[in-house]
Amino acid sequence: MEQQVSYTLDSTLETVDHAEEKATRIATELGFGEDEVMQISMAVREGAVNAVLHGNAYAPDKKVVLSFERTPEDLVITIRDQGKGIDLGGIPNPLAPENLLKTSGRGIFLMRSFMDVVEIRPSQTGTEIKLIKHVHGAPAGGKEASQ
Amino acid sequence: MSMKLSTRQVDGVTIVDCSGRITLGEGSVMMRDTVRDLLAKGNKKIVLNLGDVNYIDSSGIGELVSAFTTTKNQGGELKLLNLTKKVHDLLQITKLYTVFDVKDDEAAAVKAFK
Repeated sequence: MEQQVSYTLDSTLETVDHAEEKATRIATELGFGEDEVMQISMAVREGAVNAVLHGNAYAPDKKVVLSFERTPEDLVITIRDQGKGIDLGGIPNPLAPENLLKTSGRGIFLMRSFMDVVEIRPSQTGTEIKLIKHVHGAPAGGKEASQ
Repeated sequence: MSMKLSTRQVDGVTIVDCSGRITLGEGSVMMRDTVRDLLAKGNKKIVLNLGDVNYIDSSGIGELVSAFTTTKNQGGELKLLNLTKKVHDLLQITKLYTVFDVKDDEAAAVKAFK
C-alpha cells in the first residue's frame, strides 16, 4: 500500500526548519532508528536549503513542494522548487583538497552521504530532488496538507 | 533549540562555550559575529567548545571553516573541543576532522597553544 503526504511551503528560512521537523516526525513514525532519522532529517534540511536559497532565492511568489511517500520498500521524499534549475556541472567536489576550506557547497554531498538514492532533476521551471531511504517498520498515515 | 554562546578566559585563551544548533540563520550568524568580535578585540587564541552542540548542518560546517580560516588569516589559532558524536561524524565524512585541531580535554586544548 502506498501512502503519501504533501506540503506546499513558502520560500523562507522557517520552511527549512519545518521541512526538517516533518522529516524527523515521519521517519520516526516509520520506525527508523535514531541515526537514520538524523540522516533523513538532515538530508531533507539540506534539500530544503537548496530549494529556498539557491532555487527560489527567497522569492515570495515561489513555493517549495515537499512530499513524503511510503512505498512497500522505501521512504521517497521529493523536494521541488520553482527556480531556474540547478547547474549540476557547476557543483565542485567538496572533498577535493582545493575545496576543503570552502564555506559552502556541502549540501548535495551530505544528501548523497545520508540517503540510499539521490536523484536531482533540474529544469528551466525548477529543480526536483528525490531522496530515497529503504524502510523498515510500520507505515505512516497518509494525508494532504498545505501551509 | 536555538544556539547559545558564552565566552570565558583561561590562561590567555578564549573558550567559547556553544550549545544548541549551528544551522543556517541565527546559529551561523551568532558564531560568525562572536569570532569576529573576539578577533577584533585581539583575542586570537580561541577554543570552540562544542560539547553541547546537538545539531549542525552544512551552513554550520561552513561557519566552523570560516571561523578557522578567519582566525588563521589574522595570525590566530582556533581549536575545537568536545565534539559530540554527530559533529565528529560530520567532520569525518566531510574530511574536515584532520583540518581542524580537535581536542577532547579543555586543559590540554589551552596548553596546546603556542
